[in-house]
Amino acid sequence: MTGSEAQITVSDLDMGYGDFILMRDLNFTVGKGDIFIIMGGSGCGKSTLMKILIGLKEPSRGQVVYGDVNFWEADPQEREQIMKRFGILYQSGALWSSMTLAENVALPLEQYTSLNRRQIGKIVSLKLALVGLAGFEKFYPSEISGGMKKRAGLARAMALDPEILFFDEPSAGLDPVSARLLDDLILELKESLGTTFVVVTHELASIFAIGNNSVYLDVDTRTMTASGDPRKLLAESSDPKVRNFLTRGEESAHAQVL
Amino acid sequence: MESMRGGLTKDKISLGNPADDVLVISLTGSWTSEDQSPDEHEITGILGSGSRLRTVRFDTSGLTGWDSSFLTFLVEISKYCSQLNLSLETDGLPEGAKRLLKLASAVPERQGARKDSRKEPFFSRTGGRALRVAASSAEALDFLGEAAIAFATFLRGRANFRMSDLALFLQESGSQAFPIVSLISLLVGLILAFVGAVQLATFGAQIYVADLVGVAMVRVMGAVMTGIIMAGRTGASYAAQLGTMQVNEEIDALKTLGVSPMEFLVLPRMLALVVMMPLLCVYADVMGILGGLIVGVFMLDLNPIVYLNQTKGALSLTNVWIGLFTCAVFGVIVALAGCLRGIQCGRSASAVGEATTSAVVTGIISIIVATAIITMACNVLGI
Repeated sequence: MTGSEAQITVSDLDMGYGDFILMRDLNFTVGKGDIFIIMGGSGCGKSTLMKILIGLKEPSRGQVVYGDVNFWEADPQEREQIMKRFGILYQSGALWSSMTLAENVALPLEQYTSLNRRQIGKIVSLKLALVGLAGFEKFYPSEISGGMKKRAGLARAMALDPEILFFDEPSAGLDPVSARLLDDLILELKESLGTTFVVVTHELASIFAIGNNSVYLDVDTRTMTASGDPRKLLAESSDPKVRNFLTRGEESAHAQVL
Repeated sequence: MESMRGGLTKDKISLGNPADDVLVISLTGSWTSEDQSPDEHEITGILGSGSRLRTVRFDTSGLTGWDSSFLTFLVEISKYCSQLNLSLETDGLPEGAKRLLKLASAVPERQGARKDSRKEPFFSRTGGRALRVAASSAEALDFLGEAAIAFATFLRGRANFRMSDLALFLQESGSQAFPIVSLISLLVGLILAFVGAVQLATFGAQIYVADLVGVAMVRVMGAVMTGIIMAGRTGASYAAQLGTMQVNEEIDALKTLGVSPMEFLVLPRMLALVVMMPLLCVYADVMGILGGLIVGVFMLDLNPIVYLNQTKGALSLTNVWIGLFTCAVFGVIVALAGCLRGIQCGRSASAVGEATTSAVVTGIISIIVATAIITMACNVLGI
């Protein structure tokens, strides 16, 4: 969409659990520096698709290619190399509850860098400050609110300056202002660091504010029915379901009244 | 009661036939869940019987109150009407009820969404269970293998876990287990001595209570009691910790970071128990002998020094080593059972409960089986 080189290419992907196929024939490309939105109604498999992209669940068929490496056919070491370039924000934050926020953010740094304790401490404070949690280093995840957990999760996801950041429902459970701040942060990171984002969401406000590429998963036909810039989809798509989704069902409500 | 209900019901519904093909259902009185309201069967029978019937209308001018129970009645009637191809005119209903009825039928039922409640045939169920047993055994063996690899990595000094975690687990499974281990072992020693004393007193051989308690505690009872206590205490807690981490996606977060949960979570727990269990076992042995001593001194009037000397004479170092070895094995078993069930845990609150239960059951069964195997092996080897 942005005309830049492809970072993730998904081709002929089927996903499912056992014999049950959730979605089939997914084909899309995420370009470098894109903010790519995975959208669709509840239960359409958005989170499952993300699990496949980040290496937690194997697809039933098809390929996920990062750069020129076939992710699921690569050997485990190579896959781990690719996964090191990811940052992931889980739906509930998924902070390690037995560690303080500082320890949570520090763990990836201790794993993959040769920085000393003092340098790590500085980076940790910086990342926490970036998400608005300066001074909360010594808090445990159980001592902070849901929105703060989410932001701390983001700080941890950003710890290693990843090339691709995956967000699972970033604004779920956030108040509108915090959700807006998170969107601004995403745009800021994209501009300043050139990070690629893959965001699972159904928050329309966020979709239009940040997304420049997307895929729409349709529950009924069990496949993707649209892809591309969400604003263009809104303007040009003729698929009634996609339009219905992107307008909060207002068009079909009008149609019913008329 | 039945007749009274029938009377009430008749008061609330009356039917009219203004034309041959029209049925008017008049609903009066209060239709809330607190009142006894008639159910739809009283109407559906009449709807089905009239073959010329085309239209159903409502008259609710006498209705004084309604809530969801009124709506369920309407929904059933409307379903029945669409089955019989009768047209249902909702104009006579209260405005709110009309709109809610429309809302309830706005989104059609998703095909295939309703859970199939078909009963599985006996053979298919048995076969399914057998397959699940096979799969779960394979999973347990996988886990055992991964744990062994993680341990090998630890021996090479390359394992990836936090020392502070290990220290915490050492404290939790060590010193904090003292009170319960003291109490249980002391009482087990007391009980052994009581049971033995009654038998031995008939031969006038009370002093051999010391031998009995000493050998039994040191060789097996100390280890078994410690094992069972730790399975219930620490094994269960490990399963609940890891299960909750599974629910919170914390284990996913470790995996995607490339940190092995086996090394980071399971290994320190296993190490803590393997180090602490033999120490607890020694402590349990001492407490058990103390329990025997109490019975010996206060019930059998033995001299404490004589009792302890008799115990010392009865015990050999081999007994002690066997007890310690057994207990170290239990440490591995308890830690692995707890961690295995925790890692296998599903993603719900009840799954955490099941994981905890299953960890304790697996732990205790494995402890008893391992005791039997070790005892038999010692017997065969003549130790």
